[in-house]
Amino acid sequence: MTAGTAGLHAAAERETLVSVQGVVKHFPIKQGIVFKKEVARVHAVDGVDLEVRSGETVGIVGESGSGKSTLARCVTGLHPVTSGRILFEGTDITKLSGAGLKAFRKDVQMIFQDPYGSLNPRRRVGSIIGDPFAIHGLASGAERKKRVQELMELVGLNPEHYNRFPAEFSGGQRQRIGVARALAVRPKLIVCDEPVSALDVSIQAQVINLLKDLQREFGLTYIFIAHDLSVVRYVSDRVGVMYLGRIGEAAAAGDLYERPRHPYSAALLSAASIADPDEAERAERIVLIGDVPSPIDPPSGCRFHPRCPKAEERCTVDEPELEVKEGDAADHLTACHFPVEPGENLAREHAGIRQESTEPELPEVEQ
Amino acid sequence: MSLLEVTDLRVSFNTADGVVHAVRGMSFSVDRGRTLGIVGESGSGKSVSTQTLMRLTPGARIGGRALFEGQDLLTMSDRRMRQVRGAEIAMIFQDPLSSLHPLYKVGRQIEEMIKAHDAGASKEQARKRAVEMLGLVGIPRPDRRVDDYPHQFSGGMRQRAMIAMALALNPKLIIADEPTTALDATVQAQILDLMRRLQREFDTALIMITHDLGVIADMADDVLVMYGGHPVEEAGRRDLYYRAHHPYTKGLLESVPSAAGTGDRLKAIAGQPPSLINLPSGCVFHPRCPFVHDRCRTEDPPLDAVGGAALSPGTAHRSACWLPHDITGLGEDADRARAAAAERGRAGGPGTGATKGGAA
Repeated sequence: MTAGTAGLHAAAERETLVSVQGVVKHFPIKQGIVFKKEVARVHAVDGVDLEVRSGETVGIVGESGSGKSTLARCVTGLHPVTSGRILFEGTDITKLSGAGLKAFRKDVQMIFQDPYGSLNPRRRVGSIIGDPFAIHGLASGAERKKRVQELMELVGLNPEHYNRFPAEFSGGQRQRIGVARALAVRPKLIVCDEPVSALDVSIQAQVINLLKDLQREFGLTYIFIAHDLSVVRYVSDRVGVMYLGRIGEAAAAGDLYERPRHPYSAALLSAASIADPDEAERAERIVLIGDVPSPIDPPSGCRFHPRCPKAEERCTVDEPELEVKEGDAADHLTACHFPVEPGENLAREHAGIRQESTEPELPEVEQ
Repeated sequence: MSLLEVTDLRVSFNTADGVVHAVRGMSFSVDRGRTLGIVGESGSGKSVSTQTLMRLTPGARIGGRALFEGQDLLTMSDRRMRQVRGAEIAMIFQDPLSSLHPLYKVGRQIEEMIKAHDAGASKEQARKRAVEMLGLVGIPRPDRRVDDYPHQFSGGMRQRAMIAMALALNPKLIIADEPTTALDATVQAQILDLMRRLQREFDTALIMITHDLGVIADMADDVLVMYGGHPVEEAGRRDLYYRAHHPYTKGLLESVPSAAGTGDRLKAIAGQPPSLINLPSGCVFHPRCPFVHDRCRTEDPPLDAVGGAALSPGTAHRSACWLPHDITGLGEDADRARAAAAERGRAGGPGTGATKGGAA
């Protein structure tokens, strides 16, 4: 067997690296001075199933409050889950502690959104990147310095800047420091939480290219969280769309972008700005009404029903399951009672239930 | 005469590290019913320039002229400026939470602004107007929400309230500084849709400052691309996207991951934006430019007309670059022509090869 066919086989039979099963994460809201009483709960993640295969990039898109960052933190073990299981190479990480947890943390690393807040301003870059070596007892002294400098070179930083402070680097360079730190322990999975959204456009492209190159070189698996749909499509093999703590639709990236079935995915895709004036003019925008409801008190039934252009009575009571809809690929899952049909124009749909309007009241004002 | 005509605006600040040249010669004009888009990355001077027009940059050294209906905003008396601000030129900022006072009800903040400009308005009139404005920008049940505090509004509703405030006195010009950057995609679409409809309704002039080329493609009639404190290219919207001349504009357009394809690698612009204290010699973009040649390192190119047939008639297309001004657009052919011109410029020294109008 040649190397080429071996590679193909590996791609076809990629093993599951992470399996998220029915994960729920609620944050209690407490009131009271001495006896803190739980008065409400933020339903940040409310029953999510997700498979991540080795070597692929799974993108997660959603707006603020959709629970995408909380999910990421649950997967990396930074938040204990309320219920559900997260299997990493077959081991349930929600029950790990001590040495088992430490070993897991060596395999999973995270890149954070804010390249300013995620680096200690009073420590030198060399020691920040060298931390994982110290924590996991992998290298020390001159060996550690050598490996840190190799990492710096790998991510496109000048190794001579080993002794500089984070403040001496620009936003894009700081994000490279974050990437180098994540790579130090040769993790299997890197969870990237909005890794480029704080960067300028021209620098964004540099960091995305770097992440893609590293994936090719080290066979990394990424969970890539972003609100920018074009970035997610560009990097991801599969994409999950989150809304108010649940996955509304999950599919191969191309499939999702060409044939979105969930009305929310369709609206989100149509809302993405297009850097091409003629296409922007042709594009039929689905402008949703209202805002994302509060995750403290999510709507009954389908969580999208108060904003959905296709909502009917049934959507307000009956929560749809995430399942394969007729005519879709086997890995294209949608949680909707009335999925969008190809060629259907959502912008002309009207919901069969009463919804709170955010239409401007133009006639009221006389100029 | 245009509603606002800015000529050679210059802004610099003295700091402990040296003089920051935030804006280094910027000229533009905008008319009623038109939208001028200003794009640029952090530190390009796009926000400082418009804040200076509103006289919100105390301590800055300012040069140039900014004629608003024939009166210079930069030299008018403070008293007159207070009348202009809010009533004739309104601003919408990026972060609606920090631009609303957290301890005052939303309605009261709109009323206060109405009464500041119209001493004759009674409390009831001002309140009625505030309710009307909130309804106008699509806030449900405005008669009740007028008594809410800013924290009771969501991000999108706060930005709607800011727009209501900006429109309350029916200004002639609205300056929107990254109005949708803090918002989610579906809410951004709502707000842009709202701004477009209200602009059409009231025939307002709009200056839209953003780093998002998608927002510009959607909203602007004319576009100014800022880099290192001054415009490097100005054009009508379609000319900018389809007939870009400046390598920086081209780089920006190419570095956006397109929604259509996944491609292999993004075309990033190498390097970092310049320091505004120690600006590079010659063209500010030359350290990052793939088509740099001898002349770029020593001489700063002027903003000159770009050749060829314009796609948006009526708007000048100009670019500050030493490459021949008839090579435009993205794509491999244009890049080959640019590279060839740059090569001639490198071999031949100044004055030959890559000058304006040179063979492509």
